[in-house]
Amino acid sequence: MPTAVARRVLAAVMGLGLIVVYLPLAVVLVNSFNSSRTFAWPPSQLTTHWWSQAWQSTGARSALRTSVEAGLGATAIALVLGTMAAFAVARYRWFGRESVSFLLLLPIALPGIVTGIALNNAFRVAGARFGLLTIIIGHSTFCVVLVYNNALARLRRLGGTLEEASMDLGAGVWQTFRYVTFPLLRSALFAGGLLAFALSFDEIIVTTFTSAPGVQTLPLWIFGNLFRPNQAPVVNVVAAALIVLSVLPVWLAQRLSGEPVGARH
Amino acid sequence: MRAASSWLHRHTTARLLALLSLPVLWVVVAYLGALGAMLVAAFWTTNDFTGAVEHRLTLSNFRTLVEQPVYRRVALRSLGVAALVTAVDTLIALPMAYYMAKVASPRARRLLVVAILTPLWASYLVKAYAWRVMLANGGVVDWLLQPFGTHGPGFGLIATIITLSYLWLPFMVLPLFAGLERIPDALLEASADQGARAARTFRSIVLPLLFPALVAGSIFTFSLSLGDYITVKIVGGTSQLVSNVIYDNITTGGNLPFAAAAAFFPILVMVGYLVGVRRTGALEEL
Repeated sequence: MPTAVARRVLAAVMGLGLIVVYLPLAVVLVNSFNSSRTFAWPPSQLTTHWWSQAWQSTGARSALRTSVEAGLGATAIALVLGTMAAFAVARYRWFGRESVSFLLLLPIALPGIVTGIALNNAFRVAGARFGLLTIIIGHSTFCVVLVYNNALARLRRLGGTLEEASMDLGAGVWQTFRYVTFPLLRSALFAGGLLAFALSFDEIIVTTFTSAPGVQTLPLWIFGNLFRPNQAPVVNVVAAALIVLSVLPVWLAQRLSGEPVGARH
Repeated sequence: MRAASSWLHRHTTARLLALLSLPVLWVVVAYLGALGAMLVAAFWTTNDFTGAVEHRLTLSNFRTLVEQPVYRRVALRSLGVAALVTAVDTLIALPMAYYMAKVASPRARRLLVVAILTPLWASYLVKAYAWRVMLANGGVVDWLLQPFGTHGPGFGLIATIITLSYLWLPFMVLPLFAGLERIPDALLEASADQGARAARTFRSIVLPLLFPALVAGSIFTFSLSLGDYITVKIVGGTSQLVSNVIYDNITTGGNLPFAAAAAFFPILVMVGYLVGVRRTGALEEL
């Protein structure tokens, strides 16, 4: 145990750190009600005008829809492929098993711009039409590892005994998966899927290089309007809304699993 | 369906192959293939007049990158920013993680973990934007510093370092917290009983045990800083990092071979970093 003085210093740093973490987010929230078009600080008057204006912004709305579609698509691919890879690694011994984790980690470990231009180049060479589909493929490359990691950890912890028991009792491969493995795996898959969706929803760099001019995800829309002074209030409202929404997955994960998603154990 | 099931049950290898085929195809074809093609493209060049890619192997892109002082400066600046962000985050995250793991009550600890995790869910872009608002001329930082007769740094390299440190802070706090939580309190008490002061215990007991976690956190802060170009565009003013060079060559330059060659720099740095720290056991902490 640290001394009393040290504890007080540590507590002070902790408090200060949390203030620094949350202050910028709070400022964006307050500014979304700031009646000044240029966000003069401190705000002299508050208004809800920007929120109703943002609600009517067709650009932001269609961008939100694209983001949700891309997130769901990438998450679906990640769930299928990540679970399959996790089973192969956790339940079978084979040559090259050790390198799977490293391979799947690569798209997330290398800078996003590397993944972005590599995919951009590949899509162009392959003659693919850029759009929602290429965005989904791009996002899924780095989403797979999130589901894989969660599923792998759970499969390792469970061990194979329950599955063996099920098979010994006469259940087939599908039945065992459907009635034994999957229910035990569900919360891990949910956590991995949630992480994958959040990462896809937030991604901008790979998206920049895999989208078409007319297809904008929400981050692309924000970035595209960030430097336009007349769009500033609407951008600010969208940013504020995203901050409020970010509480949702944390709350959901807490409710459903009792432990914070992303925390290491 | 039934027949397939019993066949799979008897053939383990077939089961494994069925499981592996899709993920491996995906990673190898969609990702490694694309990556490989890009790395090969780095040895091509573009025609000076038409801008068309010429499929002839040459080192000219790399020669330009090494010989032109502007690219050397950008490379050094990027490394410097990544190192500074890592240092800043370590200095802030260490006491925070220490408080969370060793001082706070179990209940407070849970809440603090959530408090650190929640901003991770907030959009990256929104957080970078928040610092644009904070650091703007006459913004919140200026307003806070006004009573002290000074003002914020404005947009530029310092603003970039502040924003990147802010963005990646949780990636440093969480591994450090997990690492500290694993160190038994008894070990620290034993050290104190043997007469070691807090500083000595920290240097001789905590730091060596925490080192893998520290390296794991630094992989995030370093790699993420090295690959960033968005934050630089939002708060960096006119300064450029290596990813901006890559980005500009693709978007406005239309010069994929040169961009690919420039991308070798962050790739080589990160692979070197990962290989260098493999021995510390940091990769298992990720």
